[in-house]
Amino acid sequence: MGYHFNGQDIAHDEEGYLTDLSQWNADLALLIAKDENVAMTDEHWEVVNFLREYYDEYQIAPAIRVLTKALAKKMGPEKSSNKYLYELFPYGPAKQACKIAGLPKPTGCV
Amino acid sequence: MDVQHPFSDETTELPDPTEMPDIKVGAMAASKPYVAPCTIQEALNYPGELVENWQEKAVAKLGDLVGRYRSLKVFLDSCVKCGACTDKCHYFLGTGDPKNMPVARQDLLRKVYRRNFTLAGKYAPWLVGAVDLTEEVLDDWYTYFHQCSQCRRCSVFCPYGIDTAEISMAAREIMDHIGKGQKYSNEIIGKVFKIGNNLGLPPKALKATLEGLEEEIEEETGAPVKLPLDEQGADILLVTPSADFFASPHMEGLIGYAKVFHAAGAKWTLSSHASEAANFAMFIGSYETMREISLRIRKAAMDLGVKRIIFGECGHAWRVAYSFMNTLAGPFDFLDPKYPVPQHILEFTEEQIANGTVKLDKSKNDHMTLTFHDSCNVARASRMGPKPGGQFDIPRAVIKASVNNYHDMADETIKEKTFCCGGGGGLLTDELLDLRKKGAMPRMRALKEVEVNHGVTHMAAICAICKAQFSKVLPEYGFDREAIVSVHQLVSNAIILDKPNEAEAD
Repeated sequence: MGYHFNGQDIAHDEEGYLTDLSQWNADLALLIAKDENVAMTDEHWEVVNFLREYYDEYQIAPAIRVLTKALAKKMGPEKSSNKYLYELFPYGPAKQACKIAGLPKPTGCV
Repeated sequence: MDVQHPFSDETTELPDPTEMPDIKVGAMAASKPYVAPCTIQEALNYPGELVENWQEKAVAKLGDLVGRYRSLKVFLDSCVKCGACTDKCHYFLGTGDPKNMPVARQDLLRKVYRRNFTLAGKYAPWLVGAVDLTEEVLDDWYTYFHQCSQCRRCSVFCPYGIDTAEISMAAREIMDHIGKGQKYSNEIIGKVFKIGNNLGLPPKALKATLEGLEEEIEEETGAPVKLPLDEQGADILLVTPSADFFASPHMEGLIGYAKVFHAAGAKWTLSSHASEAANFAMFIGSYETMREISLRIRKAAMDLGVKRIIFGECGHAWRVAYSFMNTLAGPFDFLDPKYPVPQHILEFTEEQIANGTVKLDKSKNDHMTLTFHDSCNVARASRMGPKPGGQFDIPRAVIKASVNNYHDMADETIKEKTFCCGGGGGLLTDELLDLRKKGAMPRMRALKEVEVNHGVTHMAAICAICKAQFSKVLPEYGFDREAIVSVHQLVSNAIILDKPNEAEAD
């Protein structure tokens, strides 16, 4: 199981989450997003970049409320709802956005 | 108070949640969760992959389990094939696959038990439906014991009280011991031991999340509501599912608990060591692991010197806590004997409402009409409060104290007959989404009926799995994703908090 990228095979698990997080880069993210049928816009990148910054600091993706609050600050209150996040990442902001951002899948009752 | 809704004079006939489906043999034969890889298995001291002599090992483990658990032996021995359970499973109702009839599911294990542990099965297997454990049988085990959410609805209707949940737990335990574990549950259990909770949320992130919530609540309400972490000498340890620190509407419930504690003036704390109420070891039938996870709560309570332990909104955690914690991790004689061990957050909140320390303005929830989804493990595997039926009455009492508009779903779908959300028992994983959607069908039909006939807009629940599952499947049935709410979210909306400057002005 892997993404074919720049002549390389980048390993992922059964669901497409990267096995080695350090292999992530922005071009690979575009490829993962394409697999997920997500056309990346600046708004998608805002989310992905925030997830990566947060993960860098805390080794986990942020809570949905933390994410919406951060987006509201950066991009205005109309961008601060669950609905907005689902418009960007229809499969669910936590899981789909994490996959594209090269982060591990959030586990548990979520 | 039940409000007479303008819709309630005439009712529309809608599909019956308990309707017998057309039989579709093998419809779900391809539905299987991912098998746990070697690293996940070995972290829990199970073989990394299917062992060579797996038949022999599996039968030996089955013998060990029927020797250890009298209940399991009775359940395997006593079925008379009366058929009362056949149409009681939500997965059968939703899929029509006859192997999802509870009796058929039980028989997958029972036929191997008979072959190896009963006289008739050893000498005349063809007479008693006894078979050897073949690859095909093992494949059926893996497939169909992961289509049981261990919700125990079938056992309510069984005249012998046979509990399919215990049989499916035993089957999963056997499979783990021969190296065929389920990735979802076992990965999560590994995270509890490695990081402290199902989510994998490190203490630093937990602290930051709680501080962020404090700021947010104060901004919104003006009240300095705290969410203390590892506070030595607090009276109450709150143990809650880690989903409460991450997902929605879970987190809205957590905010509700914090506001209630604040209004009650309670000294409470969360613990970074016991930052998880869930105990997935129950789903895989592992007594030893269930005990190890429970001991984390004991240790946190002792280290922090608390007087009482309260559990947040989590269904199976409450079952483990209420029904097993004392034998798993007791005695809890170091806690204050004035309070039950453990207590549910709803018991606490109900008491505060009754004695007037928590005051609620119901009109704050007037944009919603509520119903309540009884979570299976709370409804059928535990109680709540001092009175029988408290697990049904206390949540409803708290909801009705918080909202003006409430209507129950059909009787055959609530309380002890409640339908599983479709994602319980370790099945809340994406590769089982088809099963989860189908299994949610009875609950979704019951919800539709109260939506159409009584104007219900939202459904409240007290289980992290139910909340996550419904957030995922509600849109599949034409409902709004955010139609699922936490019970303490309703409390949170309605609670009247004194602001410090107002208190001074008084």
